[in-house]
Amino acid sequence: MTDLPRVQHVVASGLVAAVGVSVAYVSYTREPAAAFLFPRIISTVFVVLALWTFGKALLGQTKVGNGLDREAMINIAPGLVVSLIFVFWAAQTLGFYTASTIAFFVLLSLYDPAPHGELKTWIKRILITAGFLVVMYGLFARLLSVFTPREIFF
Amino acid sequence: MEFLAYFGEVFTPINFGLLLIGTIGGLLLGATPGLSPTMAVALLIPFTFKLEPAQGLILLGAAYTSTVAGGAVSAILLKIPGAPANIATTLDGHTMAKKGQGARALQLSFLASAVGGVFGVLLLIFLTPVLAQWALAFGPSHLFWLAILGVTVIGTLDSSSVVKGLLSGCIGLWLATVGFDDIMGAQRFIFHDAVSGGINVIAALIGLFAIPQVIGMFANGRRSLDAEILTVERHPISKAFGEVFSRLRALSIGTITGSIIGLIPGVGGQIAGLVAYDQSKKMSPERDKFGTGHSEGVIAAESANNAMVGPSLVPLLTLSIPGSPTAAVLLGGLLIHGIFPGSDLFDNHPDVAWTFINSMLIGQVLMCIFGLYVAGLAARVAQVPNAVMAAVVLGLAVFGSYSVQHSMGDVYVMAALGTGMYFLERFGFSAAPLVLGLILGPIAEANFVQGSMIANATSSIGSYFFTGALNLALIATVVASIGYSVWLELRHRRHTAREEAVAKNEATP
Repeated sequence: MTDLPRVQHVVASGLVAAVGVSVAYVSYTREPAAAFLFPRIISTVFVVLALWTFGKALLGQTKVGNGLDREAMINIAPGLVVSLIFVFWAAQTLGFYTASTIAFFVLLSLYDPAPHGELKTWIKRILITAGFLVVMYGLFARLLSVFTPREIFF
Repeated sequence: MEFLAYFGEVFTPINFGLLLIGTIGGLLLGATPGLSPTMAVALLIPFTFKLEPAQGLILLGAAYTSTVAGGAVSAILLKIPGAPANIATTLDGHTMAKKGQGARALQLSFLASAVGGVFGVLLLIFLTPVLAQWALAFGPSHLFWLAILGVTVIGTLDSSSVVKGLLSGCIGLWLATVGFDDIMGAQRFIFHDAVSGGINVIAALIGLFAIPQVIGMFANGRRSLDAEILTVERHPISKAFGEVFSRLRALSIGTITGSIIGLIPGVGGQIAGLVAYDQSKKMSPERDKFGTGHSEGVIAAESANNAMVGPSLVPLLTLSIPGSPTAAVLLGGLLIHGIFPGSDLFDNHPDVAWTFINSMLIGQVLMCIFGLYVAGLAARVAQVPNAVMAAVVLGLAVFGSYSVQHSMGDVYVMAALGTGMYFLERFGFSAAPLVLGLILGPIAEANFVQGSMIANATSSIGSYFFTGALNLALIATVVASIGYSVWLELRHRRHTAREEAVAKNEATP
């Protein structure tokens, strides 16, 4: 195992172990005890398995999972940022349909392998985005009568 | 033969229309690499909210059946399996297509899928009521152990690491306890307003199955799908029909293997297809032809992965224990309509249960008919760029999870769980046991609490949960499934270490 996945494994299993310990701490300290009986059993097993995994990661004995290479991280970053902004901010601030349309167009432009320099490519992307908006509006607003947050725009 | 009484229900205009939509849509989605049957079914759940329970299940069941079969299109024409269940199909199917026999391979694949699928659903029809009657004898302690069994079997057999699989199951069981305690009303682990009412299962399912695939598509970057679609020339269907039934050995090995594997919780279509392919090869006098475009390879693999579909629902419909991730998603589809599967499903909702099962039977035939016609279109859909697919799936996931309860909290839960799951998967954790834990957690806890109350009134908790033939049998199965998986993992590690040592020795001058 190279150094990068090993560090990643330590960080990932460390985070899981931290969650496990927190869950166990809350389970064993909160009242009423009867309400936390089942979580106590679960969290005990959770902590044991999480610490075992963390220990193996520390010793560099993790056999499963390749982690993330640099190229994948670089590829994921812009899409993930756009998606998280869309979900956690734009959808409720700009309105569901406006935010979805912008996010769709940006993601399409970021990951579409077609050359950015051609006008035809951009027209195609705009048409696909418009089609997406129409389909989503038809499906959710018309067919399923889902009233999404409209906020500033739509 | 109670199921015959509800056969007509499948043919009402709305039900049959939904069956057609689910079948054709499933074939197209299944052909798309990166869209797994589980994710397709999860994304469809929001569209069933306005439907009657039976109608919603018809749509989901048809999509489940046909996505598994639709994956063969891209496996054969593009050499990219539409779903893990179709991996074995590429071995001979694509070679046939390269030899100009694409239409023949597709016809054999859909016909074999239909034969396997019909057998699997018949098994579901005849086994389910028997097991449901048997399940009536189950008390709280048995149901508790069954729920634990569901999580451990999927956690150990469906994961590449036993410890990480079980840990994923534990995370799911913990997430199931978030919210208010049912009996005392105590707040548990409410660390954000979005989870004050607990974690919504549908939003979680959408996030856990759809978002990792979206991020996985991002990881490919601006890469185009370079696979070339092989042309599909004409081939008489009657010849393919005759060929499928003349290859009876491959067909029966695939069908029986798939059905048996389907009954075992946690063992999916990927394994069914590969085991059937392997067995068929071993038992064939023409074993040298396997891998060179031999029809028996396609027939065995495709009959197996569709034969698995029906039996994989037996534990769900009888014991309310989903045996596979897709069955877990179907359970979510049942729960939103207030239907809880289990021993009394066939007494309380026979119309829903039988209409659903019957629709799966008819769906197999429709899948075969339409599969042959939409294969060309499906192959084109399979070439939709990753960028479009990722953006569409993200949009559907956000709108779908919002529509569950018209709550942004569900969207946050969906996004947070999905993003977290992508990174956990990169480190060997698995979504399937986590989902099973989330779904089975409330069942396990409710029966644990109920059992504890009975035990306090009658005997001790220890003797209530750890004695009795059925309890002991279930505990033994839990231990055996973990032990077997540990043994498999150790054997695999030894094998890999030996191969690495041999490779190292060969590399040393």
